[in-house]
Amino acid sequence: MMKGIQMDLISEDKLDGMTSMEKVRLILDEVRNGKILILEKGLTPNEQTKLIELTMTEIAPDDFSGIEIESYPVKHDNNILGKLFGKNTVKTRLTVIGPADQLKTIKKDRDLISALVSAP
Amino acid sequence: MGIIKRLRQNFNWIKRLFKKKKARIGIYGPPNAGKTTLANRIVRDWTGDAMGSVSHIPHETRRARRREGVTIECNGSSVTLDIIDTPGLATKIDFHDFMSFGLTEEESKRRAKEATEGVIEAVKWLDDLDGVILVMDATEDPYTQVNVTVIGNMEARKLPLLIAANKIDLPTSSPARIHSAFPQHPLVPISALEGQNIDALYQQIAAHFG
Repeated sequence: MMKGIQMDLISEDKLDGMTSMEKVRLILDEVRNGKILILEKGLTPNEQTKLIELTMTEIAPDDFSGIEIESYPVKHDNNILGKLFGKNTVKTRLTVIGPADQLKTIKKDRDLISALVSAP
Repeated sequence: MGIIKRLRQNFNWIKRLFKKKKARIGIYGPPNAGKTTLANRIVRDWTGDAMGSVSHIPHETRRARRREGVTIECNGSSVTLDIIDTPGLATKIDFHDFMSFGLTEEESKRRAKEATEGVIEAVKWLDDLDGVILVMDATEDPYTQVNVTVIGNMEARKLPLLIAANKIDLPTSSPARIHSAFPQHPLVPISALEGQNIDALYQQIAAHFG
């Protein structure tokens, strides 16, 4: 049987159908199981802080040291009609998340995330 | 977006329009970016006191500290700030990292536990601020998740943000790299340790948070 690290790519459609808490819970559960997640559409800034908070509550010595998360900076939709009607003008972008002891970012800039993935 | 949230954002905008003269400002950034060094510099320059201890070991600040009524006078205008020096934001905290600085296992585990609580406290403070000074280590890659998250949160809340590109006293620093990463926000290159360009930071603080 082939050994390796499971990587799940989660579509924008699936993420759109989830609440913020469902997303954060799913991410933490999967990452704690050693998976690497790639979200087609990233988390909102509010979801990112929720994820950081929940991650901190789960960190435990010799068990879980946290997550590595990298996303491109958000984009802004400058559509005036959208702004007038109070629509969300922040567009989140692709995000990669994994266990801190298995995923390490080598380089990141506005449009490139380069990372190393290792076995637990 | 909820109606209450939208109203709150609009209210923030109206508050800024009337230029209120007292603002609650959080100093944010990753561990060891120089947040407490900067907080000490500001508070010492304008009140003569200090805010907290600094260390080369990450997560030295593990509780948010608040200093009320710091009045900064610049170019004829003055602004009074409540300054909150927050613990460094992080997505991972491994106690082994502290052991590599010579701490015992027990000390390291305790520091890690307190650091996780500090991160949560720093996140909670985001809801109660009028603006943020984001301290970035100008010798490091600016595209860290902490920077992206803090900037994203302030933009979503429509609150003012000022970037302090710290450690320009070091030869490998590059404030230009930070500016090209986040060109939409004002940036002041400084050395909080040496006091370099700190007057320019005070001018920007008066302009953005006054």
